[in-house]
Amino acid sequence: MAIERTMNFFEFALQNERLRLLSTGALWWPKAGTLVVSDLHFGKSERVARRSGQMLPPYETRDTLARLDADVLATKPQRVICLGDSFDDDAAREGLGIAEKLWIARMQAGRDWVWITGNHDPALHDLGGRSRPELSVGPLVFRHITTRSPGEISGHYHPKARLVLRGRSVSRPCCLYDGTHAILPAYGTYTGGLDWLNPALRSLMAEDACAILTGQRPCAVPVPQGARA
Amino acid sequence: MLEQADANALLLIAPTGGGKTLAGFMPSLAELADGMHEGLHTLYVSPLKALATDIRRNLTAPVTEMGLPIRIEDRSGDTTYTQKRRQRADPPHILLTTPESLALMLSYEDAPRIFAGLKRVIVDEIHALAESKRGDQLMLGLSRLQALVPELRRVGLSATVEDPSAIARFLARHPDPCQILYADPGPAPDIAMLETGIAPPWAGGGGRYAIPAVLDQVKRHKTTLIFHNTRAQAELFFHDLWLQNDEALPIGIHHGSLSREQRAKTEEAMVNGSLRAIVCTGSLDLGIDWGDVDLVIQVGAPKNVKRLVQRIGRANHRYNAPSKALLVPANRFEVVECVAALEAVKERDLDGDPRGPGPRDVLCQHILIRAASGPFRAEELYAEVKTVGGYADLSRGAFDRCLDFVATGGYALRAYDQWQRLIERDGLWSLRDPRGTQRIRQNVGTIMDTDLVKVRLKNRRGGTPLGEVEEGFAATLTPGDTFLIGGEIVRYENLREMVVEVTRRPEKPPKIATFMGTKFATSTQLSRRILQMFGQEDWPELPDATRDWLHLQRNKSRLPETDRILVESFPFLGREYTCVYGFAGRNAMQTLGLLMTAQMETAGLHPLGFVSTDYATLIWGLDRLEDPAPLFDGDDLRTAFETWLGANAVMKRTFKQSAVIAGLIDRQTRGQRRSGKQATFSSDILYDTLRRHDPGHLLLDITREEALKGLVDFGRIEELLTRTAGRIDHVVTDRPTPLAAPLFLEAGRVPVEGAGTERLLEDEAARLMEGAGLAITQEDARRWRVPF
Repeated sequence: MAIERTMNFFEFALQNERLRLLSTGALWWPKAGTLVVSDLHFGKSERVARRSGQMLPPYETRDTLARLDADVLATKPQRVICLGDSFDDDAAREGLGIAEKLWIARMQAGRDWVWITGNHDPALHDLGGRSRPELSVGPLVFRHITTRSPGEISGHYHPKARLVLRGRSVSRPCCLYDGTHAILPAYGTYTGGLDWLNPALRSLMAEDACAILTGQRPCAVPVPQGARA
Repeated sequence: MLEQADANALLLIAPTGGGKTLAGFMPSLAELADGMHEGLHTLYVSPLKALATDIRRNLTAPVTEMGLPIRIEDRSGDTTYTQKRRQRADPPHILLTTPESLALMLSYEDAPRIFAGLKRVIVDEIHALAESKRGDQLMLGLSRLQALVPELRRVGLSATVEDPSAIARFLARHPDPCQILYADPGPAPDIAMLETGIAPPWAGGGGRYAIPAVLDQVKRHKTTLIFHNTRAQAELFFHDLWLQNDEALPIGIHHGSLSREQRAKTEEAMVNGSLRAIVCTGSLDLGIDWGDVDLVIQVGAPKNVKRLVQRIGRANHRYNAPSKALLVPANRFEVVECVAALEAVKERDLDGDPRGPGPRDVLCQHILIRAASGPFRAEELYAEVKTVGGYADLSRGAFDRCLDFVATGGYALRAYDQWQRLIERDGLWSLRDPRGTQRIRQNVGTIMDTDLVKVRLKNRRGGTPLGEVEEGFAATLTPGDTFLIGGEIVRYENLREMVVEVTRRPEKPPKIATFMGTKFATSTQLSRRILQMFGQEDWPELPDATRDWLHLQRNKSRLPETDRILVESFPFLGREYTCVYGFAGRNAMQTLGLLMTAQMETAGLHPLGFVSTDYATLIWGLDRLEDPAPLFDGDDLRTAFETWLGANAVMKRTFKQSAVIAGLIDRQTRGQRRSGKQATFSSDILYDTLRRHDPGHLLLDITREEALKGLVDFGRIEELLTRTAGRIDHVVTDRPTPLAAPLFLEAGRVPVEGAGTERLLEDEAARLMEGAGLAITQEDARRWRVPF
């Protein structure tokens, strides 16, 4: 399998299904041939410029697409699930360039592509693939915002972990999981993060939750318990 | 002063405390005495708000006494909104302000009306402003003022500097001449090394060994200022000083990380004479005359003769008495540096680096400010900018690139046609959306103090503020850690809404306060003096301990020379060490360390880490360096430099600063961060994205230029290579040499990066998981890697 030669990942289990968090923050479910990414936020810089006049480097959509393309190439999935907030808003989706739209279409070719709707992109749209508020596949359920149901994979919160290593502080987007459900990190390039100790986030996870840190070699650490709200 | 009152530009150079500020106002008072002038007459700009307030008090008293019809007001970030509005509608005769407040005033549409009658502008402490981007912003502001009122006369007030003509060029409208007036420099300072009777330690920067002798001096003087080079050192020294202060002499502490309330308290106590000493940092380099200070003690090497002289001037502000100062070298090497500095002071040989061309990020902000005040023509603004000394050589192409960046973002991908910030119509540039002015005003300024978080005592109703620490330092704290702030040991409890909450813990030893690690590099001139001293046969002027140490070094190896690079190689505890004596200052030696280890990595020498001081870099690794010469090949170093520079953390920090100044990302105010409402973008990610997709972008150019000048200091490596021209002495010994030995005790070791961080992360993750008793997944689900 391609993946075993080209990437590092961390494997964990949910409802006895073995899942792999890839170093990019995408989730690969080998048995179901399913690749899951969350919070792509395509068109963010355009929306920021429109709303505030700030002109960020307008390259985040193609940057995100390039990483997604690489993950798709490496895993050759039968199905891709985008877990919501794929577009920064409807106008940002409309404003996508021809090149970006074609790029998405090319990746969609020959596979089932599912856009889960999110709070940034609640409307259904026609950018290829199918669009729906949630999706169940076998024992797992995919939706944008968690309801803490068993076997659920969600996004929305952009979780980020912070560790102190011999006087150095390292902060990485992370996937949070406990025995019941998992929250994926944001995949988009210009997506900030919510600290894993933030009560709003910490209260969604069980006491013994773990965080899988993205990066060259994803690895898991326990989420500190003291900060639980 | 009055005789020269009509000069277009005039620079007055006088030692600290020469009453030069009031002299600067004499012509204004004379011209305003008849009560005929309407509106603003004189604008006074100083780097410190406190100074403006102080001058207002000192100036108002005689004006009121003499019954002169002159209105004097100050304006800064602390001035109330109503007061500011009133000042715009009805400006006082004399307005005292800061560069940032002036820039703000210039951003208003009614700027031409506010400044219509302006005759004079006085720039106080111009030598300090000239050292930073605040000075560039101010001079761009003056070019705007001069365009509004062409007859404007400029006066600069400066402390003693090494190159008055450079400051004069900085002040005057280019290419106008600038007259320079020199005040009597006064008697030579009474300056010496503090006799402690104890040899200083081999390494370190605290100067703690000298505390009994320092206390003794405090007792014998009315008021003593005890200067330190860093805030952390000031804190540690202050803490230990109090442990030995048996007579409970009233001694306070003052530095930029303390809360405003706490600093104000110390300043007040100082003014009313209830303190015998203040432990302080550069925060007291400028500012209010304290009056009764009769001794300045400098702990740690002065690094820079000019700053030392200006600090010494803080003692004895009476004009004809010599200032008294004592130097306390913190370690044995600094003894040499202190002696070299004493000689330089005696010979009045000041140091300083020439100012480079005006930074373009500040220019971008200036263009934004100009746009906020109303439509403008590019060629007119360009002509104005060219009258600023630092931008005199700016090409039209470079200017247009900045304008394009401000207007469109300047990206290779033309993405923002609809949303661009400035639009051109009939040759006039203006803001597309007039509401943009508010954002521009919020981001005015070049001071970067936004990476600080507040520290306060934890209690139910929001405790006493103690001060601020760097966000990076706060991020390394875990609950239970102790550190020093304001002389108190506190325990870190938690971070709440970007405030570090702490409790008092006097009984616990502090974790080292590493906040505010900014260290000045020893100046080129002072380094050269030290090298010259090494050339002497003997050193009767040095204390015995240091003198013996240098003889021993000459015996076992050799002493570094001015025109040569000394490299020593020796084994120690199973590692191979290489010590390079470059005397290029801390920042450049750090950069050299990074570059050399990168080269050694390529050469298969397996370097593991290095540590740098102002004079040397010590590298350790697995294999011995046989021939150092190839490592100093200029071209190779430059190539390594280009490769290394791009991904460097220093570059990212510099990018963030330039991106904020140039208006790409917003300055973060504390309120915004706390509410989390403001969308913020990681500047590191923006930097990486820009480098990947638009490597020729203006901001990357600016970042590179600024990093080279600042933290990377590659200029001094170039200087080193030119000075030594391949003359390298390689000494191989069987053990550490006397001069290299102290480097083993230096803090600030840098591991050679590579898989370093990942390795650390994995180890820590494994440790944490095991500690938590967590079985990560089923046993068969181990992480699994195949190298490809």
